[in-house]
Amino acid sequence: MVAAIRRRVPAYFLLAPGTLWLIIFFVIPLYFMGKLSLDTEIPGTLHYHFTWEWSNYKEALELYDTQFFRSFEYAGIATVLCLVIGYPLAYVIAFKAGRWRNLMLFAVVAPFFTTYLVRTLAWETILSDESPVTEFLHTIGLAPGGHILATGFAVIAGITYNFLPFMILPLYASLERIDVRVLEASKDLYASASSTFWKVTLPLSLPGVVAGTLLTFIPAVGDYVNAEFLGGVNNRMIGNVIQSLYLTQSDYSAAAALSFVLMAVIMIVVFIYIRFAGSEALMGQEAT
Amino acid sequence: MSATAPTAAPGQETSPGRGSLSAETGPARAWRWLREHAVNIVAILVVIYLLVPIVVIFVFSFNNPAGRYNFTWVGFTLQHWSHPFSNSELTEAMLTSIKLALLATVVSTIIGTMMAIALVRHKFVGRRIANFLIVIPMATPEVVMGASLLSFFLILGTPALGFETLLIAHVMFCISFVVVVVRSRLIGFDRSLEEAAKDLGAGPFTTFRLITFPLILPGIFGAAMLAFALSIDDFVISNFNSGTTVTFPLYIFGAAQRGIPVEVYVVAMILFFATVLAMGFATWQQRRAERMTSIRPEQESDIVLPGIA
Repeated sequence: MVAAIRRRVPAYFLLAPGTLWLIIFFVIPLYFMGKLSLDTEIPGTLHYHFTWEWSNYKEALELYDTQFFRSFEYAGIATVLCLVIGYPLAYVIAFKAGRWRNLMLFAVVAPFFTTYLVRTLAWETILSDESPVTEFLHTIGLAPGGHILATGFAVIAGITYNFLPFMILPLYASLERIDVRVLEASKDLYASASSTFWKVTLPLSLPGVVAGTLLTFIPAVGDYVNAEFLGGVNNRMIGNVIQSLYLTQSDYSAAAALSFVLMAVIMIVVFIYIRFAGSEALMGQEAT
Repeated sequence: MSATAPTAAPGQETSPGRGSLSAETGPARAWRWLREHAVNIVAILVVIYLLVPIVVIFVFSFNNPAGRYNFTWVGFTLQHWSHPFSNSELTEAMLTSIKLALLATVVSTIIGTMMAIALVRHKFVGRRIANFLIVIPMATPEVVMGASLLSFFLILGTPALGFETLLIAHVMFCISFVVVVVRSRLIGFDRSLEEAAKDLGAGPFTTFRLITFPLILPGIFGAAMLAFALSIDDFVISNFNSGTTVTFPLYIFGAAQRGIPVEVYVVAMILFFATVLAMGFATWQQRRAERMTSIRPEQESDIVLPGIA
């Protein structure tokens, strides 16, 4: 008994600093924010008292429902685009790249080495009205009026670019783990290339698809840098709203309510998604 | 890539009969070539897509813009590269960022590594909760984390927003990533080596110092690099908790309204090349360490991939 306790002590000692840090600066702040979201402001004082003010939620959602749904729409479209763009590259790196593999992996992580805001600024340059890209898209009829900046298209393009590596890396990790002999067996049994892909490769890479879509979708919903730099007034996302309520309008209760709803909805979406897509993929890695 | 390899890579179509090749017409052959290489072509296009903005940043760091906005190409100049630190506001922000990132890296790497060791090596009550506590911050959007920390600091009224609150926030969001990276290294670890050390009479600390630590060092190093990268690049959480302190990303955000000085692009490129060098060095170190010990814990790739365990 004593020995058992003695054995456990070092575990708690090792665990304590990190756990405390996360509890004090992550869990407790969430609790404070939850409380703040139910507070009423004492008029004109910027002081709050706790009143179970559920109407904060109702008002905030009524005022900002467009931005709320837009965030999920943009993030959803961007996630699907990331999957469609990222899968072929992950596939080639895993199976076909040979000696180019490390170089291609480098290309995937390279965007991380330039500051997030600077690479978003680069997209502002690429999509600006004078740029050849805009002119080209205008010519083929994809950029009505010759503008791309300050449209939803630009914001989605920015999000897609910025979160693409989060999609490719887990896809690659799970594709790379596939035993090539399984694919050869499929071919030996006269499966065509496409049915090998749809019936063997893709199902085996599903853990990567699940992890990649989550790693892309979650930060994308809350993102506001792309909407700020590449979007216009009509492309603001919920992150922009929360940011400006907190930092410029000092309407803390409404902002806290929105943050809470955002977090709750994301949790629900993720939960349903994992249920649907199979959790062993994600949790199998985490539970160890 | 493996175009001529007779043992066609999986997913690649083997030609049904080589004899029919000569009978094929030009367009048919081109079509077949295109079909066989479609994935490769798409992949190369995606690589180009990933690199284009970096090239744009590089090119525009040599621009000589007419007005305040560095969005259209005007002319070539070396002026900004020869004086990258002439903008004192920018330089100061950069130094703040580096200082913050170094401190956040040291703190989060130490406590994150401790947590990872506890989680992999010890069985204890509350392990599941500890695991959950580590996953949740990674599944929370940054706005929510930033906003909740700000609520916390506002309600407490202390400490005043500034460098300290930034450091608290950065350590907070780095911990989870450090744990995940170090843990993956510990899981693929051959424990018989430690037992051998113990059999040879080494105490627990000696074993840790001479066996465990050197072997998980590449993991710790990778985790530290990831923490540094996350911290120096963070905008959203910092924006909520910075007070009047300005980091590099915060400076850019503020300057975006007034027009971005070209030096920002220069500094971003310097940061880029420095990171590439550090990555190269880390990869080289890791390979050398592996060659020396000839112990290969389960290895996903040769590059330290951020966020992937």
